[in-house]
Amino acid sequence: MSTPAPVRPAERPPLDVAALRRDFPILSRRVHGKPLVYLDNAATTQKPSVVIDSVADMYRKSYGNIHRGVHLLSVEATDAYEAAREKARAFVNAAEAREIIFVRGTTEGINLVAQTYGRQRVGEGDEVVITALEHHSNIVPWQLLCEEKKARLKVIPIDRTGAVQVEELERLLTPRTRIVSVAHVSNALGTLVPIRRIVEIAHSRGVPVLVDGAQAVPRLAVDVRSIGCDFYAFSSHKMYGSTGVGVLYARAELLEEMPPYQGGGDMISSVTFEKSTWNVLPYKFEAGTPNIAGAIGLGTAVDYLSAIGIGRVTAHEEDLLAYATRALSAMPGLTIIGTAPEKIGVLSFVLEGVHPHDVGTVLDQEGIAIRTGHHCAQPVMEFFGVPATARASLALYNTRDEIDALAEGIRKVLRMFR
Amino acid sequence: MGDLRDLYQEVILDHSKRPRNFGELAGANRRAEGYNPLCGDRETVYVRVEDDVLADVGFRGAGCAISTASASMMTETLKGKTRAEAEALFERFHDLITGREGEKGAGRPELGKLAVFSGVREFPVRVKCATLPWHTLKAALAGEETTVSTELTEGPKAESGGAS
Repeated sequence: MSTPAPVRPAERPPLDVAALRRDFPILSRRVHGKPLVYLDNAATTQKPSVVIDSVADMYRKSYGNIHRGVHLLSVEATDAYEAAREKARAFVNAAEAREIIFVRGTTEGINLVAQTYGRQRVGEGDEVVITALEHHSNIVPWQLLCEEKKARLKVIPIDRTGAVQVEELERLLTPRTRIVSVAHVSNALGTLVPIRRIVEIAHSRGVPVLVDGAQAVPRLAVDVRSIGCDFYAFSSHKMYGSTGVGVLYARAELLEEMPPYQGGGDMISSVTFEKSTWNVLPYKFEAGTPNIAGAIGLGTAVDYLSAIGIGRVTAHEEDLLAYATRALSAMPGLTIIGTAPEKIGVLSFVLEGVHPHDVGTVLDQEGIAIRTGHHCAQPVMEFFGVPATARASLALYNTRDEIDALAEGIRKVLRMFR
Repeated sequence: MGDLRDLYQEVILDHSKRPRNFGELAGANRRAEGYNPLCGDRETVYVRVEDDVLADVGFRGAGCAISTASASMMTETLKGKTRAEAEALFERFHDLITGREGEKGAGRPELGKLAVFSGVREFPVRVKCATLPWHTLKAALAGEETTVSTELTEGPKAESGGAS
């Protein structure tokens, strides 16, 4: 046997976090007199100046409605909006820009699929499969559909670490299964779900797969063609972009067959009182004036992340998560919820005898922003037998010093409540 | 925002660690469950009403320090009070923790020990924690069978159950 060489992928150098932090104006503010330590990134990320400026610049210099006017402002706005679509396409490596539908966010993306593809294809006695770690936004749209169609919602279980028991999928799939819808990364646990394997299994039985990528796109390189999924939804605001906009990627042949989601302007090619005909993709799914400036901000966030290199963000967050996990596991009475072998970006925990809300209030007074509660994943909380957790979630601008501040804050909590 | 010591006063910490009147109340003839969907907290309040008087009050459930202490001190305060007195106290307590205390005139019931919750007004997102047991008690007295939710009673003003 030869001597094993040190495995070191040819990555670019680690992030210069101190320099990157200067890109985010809000990070220099103080909270209750303390420097802000923002660890609620799974809820929403802060925005770099380039994103803020691109949105403001659009309103200042070239704002008009899109796809309508012959005047210059409308033309410029349309160009910028469509350029953002192209950026989003390249970001997830979709084959064509017409496979990128702008929506309000991940939630709307999933609802769109449930209300169009789902209502068309799911009938009485059919089945929809999700996992036990889903966010409410990937549970409730399917429940609404199943209720309407008298269909069944089936759930792939998770184990005690919070890992999805993928082998169970084989058993759950039947000839009545119409769609499988799964998170890429769990917002409550940080579990990285083996979506390639899920797609492989589902496709071998002819079942399409939707991936909720809200927590994945800010921290992992996503290639929808390599994953092979049929739908992929994500939000701009969780990846350093504007709020109120997101993307639904879907394979063009599926989109062509799906009925429209909402009716209105821009989604039609002709309208008479007898009949309307639908516009081509992607406009068939974008009724009404969309979030134009939001899409511009999303496009700028894509540029920003791409310039940094998403692989370096992954490495940075992996390092920080390992550091934080070491620091917090050493604390007496602290239990980490979600210990799947493949995990990223999120550290959920409970403190024995202290409610997460009290943890959150004390940390807030130290300038530390974390999320406390059920994280819109009540079935996950129920599975672990806790009403709520405290959750620290990471971004490219977080540092080891901030994790130290979190640990110190938790020690303060323990001193107060024990 | 206020000082943490104003919120987590010694009395409050004491009641949260050693809640009084905790556990299902034997002989209770009113009960209701309170629910805070934002944090998943559930609390059940039990009352034994005799001739319009709250002869005994107890509670059970798991909540944060504020809601546990509030429930504990509520049960202590209300024992022996009439229904009308209990409701008047809740109104005054609610005004105290939402910072509307100064707006009302004299002749209101004395809050006594409950005054330690005045620090809550500096922490608006925690108001619902303090009022959960009181709303639940009110529902129990009204004989309502449904679960009381802080989202329906306090409205969505300070905190949202939205984003992940």
